Amino acid sequence: MNLNWMAWTLPTAIFFAVIACLLLFFTFLAIKYPETPRRGILMIETTRGDRLFITLLGSAFINAGWLAMSGLPQWWALGICAFYAAAVFRWV
Amino acid sequence: MDKIQNNKAWFLVLPVLVLVAFSAVIPLMTVVNYSVQDTFGNNVFFWEGLGWFQEVLTSKQVHSAFGRQLMFSGLILAIQIPLGILIALSMPKKGFWASVCLVLMALPLLIPWNVVGTIWQILGRADIGLLGYTLDALNINFNYSRNPVHAWIIVVTMDVWHWTSLVALLAYAGLQSIPQAYYQAAKIDQASRWKVFRYIELPKMQGVLLIAILLRFIDSFMIYTEPFVVTGGGPGTATSFLSIDLVKMALGQFDLGPAAAFSIMYFLVILLVSWVFYTVMTNLDKAEGR
Amino acid sequence: MAVTTNTYATPVRSFALPKIRTKHVIMVIYLAFMLIPIYWLFKMSLQTNREIMSGFTLWPQNPTLDNYRTILTDRSWYIGYINSITYVVMNTVLSLAVALPAAYAFSRYRFLGDKHLFFWLLTNRMAPPAVFALPFFQLYSSVGLFDTHIAVALAHTLFNVPLAVWILEGFMRGVPKEIDETAYIDGYSFPKFFVKIFMPLIASGIGVAAFFCFMFSWVELLLSRTLTAVNAQPITSIMTRTVGASGIDWGVLAAAGILTIVPGALVIYFVRNYIAKGFALGRV
Repeated sequence: MNLNWMAWTLPTAIFFAVIACLLLFFTFLAIKYPETPRRGILMIETTRGDRLFITLLGSAFINAGWLAMSGLPQWWALGICAFYAAAVFRWV
Repeated sequence: MDKIQNNKAWFLVLPVLVLVAFSAVIPLMTVVNYSVQDTFGNNVFFWEGLGWFQEVLTSKQVHSAFGRQLMFSGLILAIQIPLGILIALSMPKKGFWASVCLVLMALPLLIPWNVVGTIWQILGRADIGLLGYTLDALNINFNYSRNPVHAWIIVVTMDVWHWTSLVALLAYAGLQSIPQAYYQAAKIDQASRWKVFRYIELPKMQGVLLIAILLRFIDSFMIYTEPFVVTGGGPGTATSFLSIDLVKMALGQFDLGPAAAFSIMYFLVILLVSWVFYTVMTNLDKAEGR
Repeated sequence: MAVTTNTYATPVRSFALPKIRTKHVIMVIYLAFMLIPIYWLFKMSLQTNREIMSGFTLWPQNPTLDNYRTILTDRSWYIGYINSITYVVMNTVLSLAVALPAAYAFSRYRFLGDKHLFFWLLTNRMAPPAVFALPFFQLYSSVGLFDTHIAVALAHTLFNVPLAVWILEGFMRGVPKEIDETAYIDGYSFPKFFVKIFMPLIASGIGVAAFFCFMFSWVELLLSRTLTAVNAQPITSIMTRTVGASGIDWGVLAAAGILTIVPGALVIYFVRNYIAKGFALGRV
């Protein structure tokens, strides 16, 4: 099967590899240390996996917002995402 | 029901996983790949970076399509949800006529979407359609291919015709699950009709109404076929919703890059809305102890 | 529909008595609103194009079946129905085959990531087909499946598999777990138990799931049109291209439309009590 039509590039490959690794890592964590749901500031029960999802989805919107509004280098948005991720895992 | 913890259940899910990975994950990965590149065809791609995203996120055209889409979905929800509840409350509770109503109401739901479009395209024409002709006879110059307001009227009416029954059927299913004892208690208390609705029927319908709102929002948010057949997105861009714009971009002009970036933003919005609703729904279930 | 008022004279809840008339009026108006557009299409399907264009009538002056005859004898028309039914049946069988074991797993077991998997399936039902149209076109072209029935059948699993899983899961939850346990004690293997004992128990659920897979695959246009050209072109796609030399033949178009409504209308009576469940992805 010819994969040319998928037009892979190194950055997108890295992007998906990172997400795949994150998923594998969290699966591993879930096996090793079973998840316990808790209630955070959003007033909903979340497990570790849920918080990962909130982090990833939120990061996507942060990046989009940064790109649309700021006009500054995109790397800074990743920095914001790191803070956001830490906040989600700590308080949600 | 208590479920058993058993990770071997994964093997039962595996076929679904493989199939959906093929038909969802591979295409989505491709979309991400396209979104950062430019092409002139023949599978020759050039690195473009985040340019397409910037273009899509700041494009006036996309913003106005998004605005139209939100307005359409909002309008649809504002009309269909109350109307659907009203119909559900008016339906016979059981017996022959309940079946008749169910079958007749469900009929529009089973019609291919382009036929729905064709039906309303015909109906709204002043020369051969009942609606257009009647309005014409009343001296209203109804022309949905020229007048943007008329185009909106026909598209919204069509969607109300097509999908209100879904809301009604869901609400009806919710009403059916209310035990007769509740009504008897309300009768003893001499509760008014409004009170019965507000404190018995509405809370019991909460779950199904949430599903109805979710489905109607999502499905109206990705509407394509029906308005495409009736108005083709026009006049101008008056009824050109997100999916119509996207298909025009992707399959009409074959602008892979911008279309892919557009797709991703579109998908992210859908993902966010689905997640919010899903979370609210599961938390509601937990609260009810289901 | 005027008969409704007379026959349904005994209200279930007596305190609703003063409301009864309003209710009937609402229902009659609503059902009329539902049926008039369909009637209009039906009326036009019984007219010749010349009669349609020559003057406005509320019912056909000279009812004729010519339009239906045109469709059922012209291969370029009726082949569309055959194509549609082919991929719709393929899709239904495929969706049910993979959804049955998965729904069983979701209804009986807790396993790693089950909730996330369930949500992910849901997102596929919610994803706009417009997003997938282009990559599907590229994907199926590259594997040489473009313009085949199987391509459309596979593409439609995107929203039909989640739907089938959800509906079936809802039905399976209603079957007591003791039945499984007894069967295993009696020495049934899992496949034998599943086919011989479990599937008959949820037969109605399978029927409903099949109906919904059939229906959603049948009504879809965008993906099926994108993935086909000539050999597997569905009727819905043929319909959108009926512009002849002298403009659109409205009569034939209307007849084609009526014929696409028939399959759904034929079986709807049997699933009437499950329609809500099906649309709500089994959550009613």
